[in-house]
Amino acid sequence: MQTQKKPSYLSADHTIGSWLLTQDHKRIAIMYLVAVTLFFLIGSILALLIRLELLTPAGDLLQSESYNRVFTGHGVVMVFLFLIPGIPAVFGNFLVPIMIGARDMAFPKINLASFYVFLAGGVMILSAIVFGGLDTGWTFYTPYSSSYATGRVTIGALGAFTVGFSSIMTGLNFLVTIHKMRAPGLTWFRLPLFIWAHYATALIMVLGTPVVAIAIVMVALEHLFGFGFFDPTKGGDPVLFQHLFWFYSHPAVYIMILPAMGVISELIACFSRKRIFGYKLVAFSSLGIAIIGFLIWGHHMFVSGQSAYAGLVFSLITYIVAIPSAVKAFNWTATLYRSSVSWKTPMMYVIGFMGLFAIGGLTGLFCANLAVDVHIHDTYFIVAHFHYIMVGGTIMGYLGALHFWWPKMTGRMYSEAWARLSAIFVFFGFNLTFFPQFLLGYLGMPRRYHFYPEEFQFLNIMSTAGASLLGLGYLFPIFYLMWSLKKGEQAPANPWTAKGLEWETTSPPPTTNFDKTPVVTEEAYAYEK
Amino acid sequence: MSGHVVPLRIYFGIFAALMLLTAATVWAAFQDFGILNTVVALGIAILKATLVILYFMHVRYSSGLVRISAVIGFVFLVLLIGYVAADVASRGWMPAPAPIQSAPLH
Amino acid sequence: MSHSAKPGETYYAHQFEDAAQSHESITLGMWIFLITEVMFFGGLFAAYTIYRAQYSAAFDEGSHMLDITLGCFNTVVLILSSLTMALAVRCAQLGKMTGALFNMVLTLGLGTVFLGVKAVEYTAKFQHGLVPGPNFAPHGVHSFGLELYYSLYFALTGMHAVHMIIGAVILMVIIGLTAKGKINKTYNSPIEIFGLYWHFVDIVWIFLFPLLYLLGRH
Repeated sequence: MQTQKKPSYLSADHTIGSWLLTQDHKRIAIMYLVAVTLFFLIGSILALLIRLELLTPAGDLLQSESYNRVFTGHGVVMVFLFLIPGIPAVFGNFLVPIMIGARDMAFPKINLASFYVFLAGGVMILSAIVFGGLDTGWTFYTPYSSSYATGRVTIGALGAFTVGFSSIMTGLNFLVTIHKMRAPGLTWFRLPLFIWAHYATALIMVLGTPVVAIAIVMVALEHLFGFGFFDPTKGGDPVLFQHLFWFYSHPAVYIMILPAMGVISELIACFSRKRIFGYKLVAFSSLGIAIIGFLIWGHHMFVSGQSAYAGLVFSLITYIVAIPSAVKAFNWTATLYRSSVSWKTPMMYVIGFMGLFAIGGLTGLFCANLAVDVHIHDTYFIVAHFHYIMVGGTIMGYLGALHFWWPKMTGRMYSEAWARLSAIFVFFGFNLTFFPQFLLGYLGMPRRYHFYPEEFQFLNIMSTAGASLLGLGYLFPIFYLMWSLKKGEQAPANPWTAKGLEWETTSPPPTTNFDKTPVVTEEAYAYEK
Repeated sequence: MSGHVVPLRIYFGIFAALMLLTAATVWAAFQDFGILNTVVALGIAILKATLVILYFMHVRYSSGLVRISAVIGFVFLVLLIGYVAADVASRGWMPAPAPIQSAPLH
Repeated sequence: MSHSAKPGETYYAHQFEDAAQSHESITLGMWIFLITEVMFFGGLFAAYTIYRAQYSAAFDEGSHMLDITLGCFNTVVLILSSLTMALAVRCAQLGKMTGALFNMVLTLGLGTVFLGVKAVEYTAKFQHGLVPGPNFAPHGVHSFGLELYYSLYFALTGMHAVHMIIGAVILMVIIGLTAKGKINKTYNSPIEIFGLYWHFVDIVWIFLFPLLYLLGRH
């Protein structure tokens, strides 16, 4: 099916210019991979500082001012520079055109531009952190961020604005590509669920990001010119900022998790040799999460001063958003039932995801309850909840994707032994880090504090020990994956004997993805035939 | 290039309608419709915008996907403004509870 | 950017299968971008809605201080520029590139007039101390709401003007490329796509004019 003579996208041209000015979605994805990994490392170092400080009840490692800057930096870098771009910019960019049988994205130049805009925003955010730091929390609440914090906050916020632009460009590209460039025979209900997930993600990127963008512009205007949008001393309403901020930032958490769910669908089908149970329900559940996700942002604002009636409505609809997520979890479980499971590394991350996402999702129901949230808001319970979803969910999905498609992207196989070891470190390290935090939050330890009562120290020490284990689990892949580039065995076109158009081309693929446009005649995940 | 070519008379007709509606909205501003002032002003603006969207932007002659996009944009705009306004409007509905009398700390 | 196609055919980029797919994709792409712009302005409209409800007397007073003649003139100018842009697109569709060029130059001229009038209005505001911030002149019972009104006035019309300036720059580039023949009968989608953007900017003003200049006049 593929001629060996055609050069792969990696060997097509070796000059720097051919990489920096590439319009090939696969090269852009690799550049994103490098950038996102670097940002992840920076965010992890900041996390390490937090956990080191929290080993002792006194605020001894860092001063309060510095600690504010460390946790803000951790949040801003992880959310805007790793989790939101993460899977879509790396795996979405690489795989979406191939999975639908297209030569490239609809707008390759916009794709390249999105990468440079992302870098520019990243540089702005990092420079704000390096030159004294942002100390508002990643949520930039006003009037502190607009009227009382330093100018670096404006630069950092504008960096987030810039990164948001990159996100919009990516989302736009995905939507048009998926609508218009599917191969002949590839109807909507034959698409891989990875595509459905990225389609729903792109909808959120496009509809939500502009609102946080204008919120940031208004903060900048308030800081630079004294406009009083959010300043109570000028008749403004700080809660208005929170509405505009969370209108995006709640759907943003679905930008972070939906692509990971798409990954899980692909991996489960492959490693259980079975089609996904209830394909249509899973596809529609992605859309359902995206749409309902836009109606519930006020659950971040239960204690902010918004009206109790708004709180009631937000709380009720938040319960409803759990339903499409549960649909996915049950359908994946049903897929595994009576299947033939192969325990390769990607599957280990899948099982990890399913357990940890279940815990994260269920604890979300606690948070959704207005009365309960009055007590657990701004405590470590919330911190544990969202880390279970974002680390236990998204990062497991990211690592699963990395290990599953690494042979396709690089043409190399990695060491399965080291990969499995890392997965085990990640799973146990993660639970040891974050499970104690549920207890801490329930017992009343507030978030964003660097000193705490003596009785919380034991749980904090457990959490820091877990973080060290987790950190090792993240470091190992960098080494064995880099090693595989030079010394790993050559990967065949389909090392996992998986179904999907990406496995019907070489590893790595040629620049135009396929020798000739494929024609699709069977449904997705046709494993049993 | 593919795409429907709109006849000139339609373009000029729509322009004339837009001019009339502009005059109407200025006239309406100086009348007192009481509570309906805002409704009238917004209504005329929405009508003008609809004409521009349907004819100048060719949505009248476009595929379903383009039409859905236009509708979705409007729906989410209304969602954003409506939900935020509903919160602000309903803040006064529940009176704040009286302060709790608690025992003094030792 | 030389896009040449075989005679009678329309140019399309390599990632597309045919010209129809290219045209539909580009159109959809611009519409999605316009949706992001709708949501972007939406945040400011949300702020306007709640502050207008809260400070209605001050907002009425604020809107009285705006020059309704200039506002009306600008509205007519911008709608006229939408007409000329639509005519430019029509000429391009029919392959009449000279007509397209003429109408685009008219559009650019009208847009510049609009921006000029805005500059006049802004200067008057600066002179009367109506810019929010430390130099805001009015003090009195409505000063809170009035300062918020002018914050919204400058944010909304300023953001709109920024979009117009960017549009004008892009239009200049398109005019240049059309004059040089780089945009021609076989490759004229930039004109149609830009037209969509220009009409959107017009629609924003169609809402700004009554909301800022007209409410509270009676």
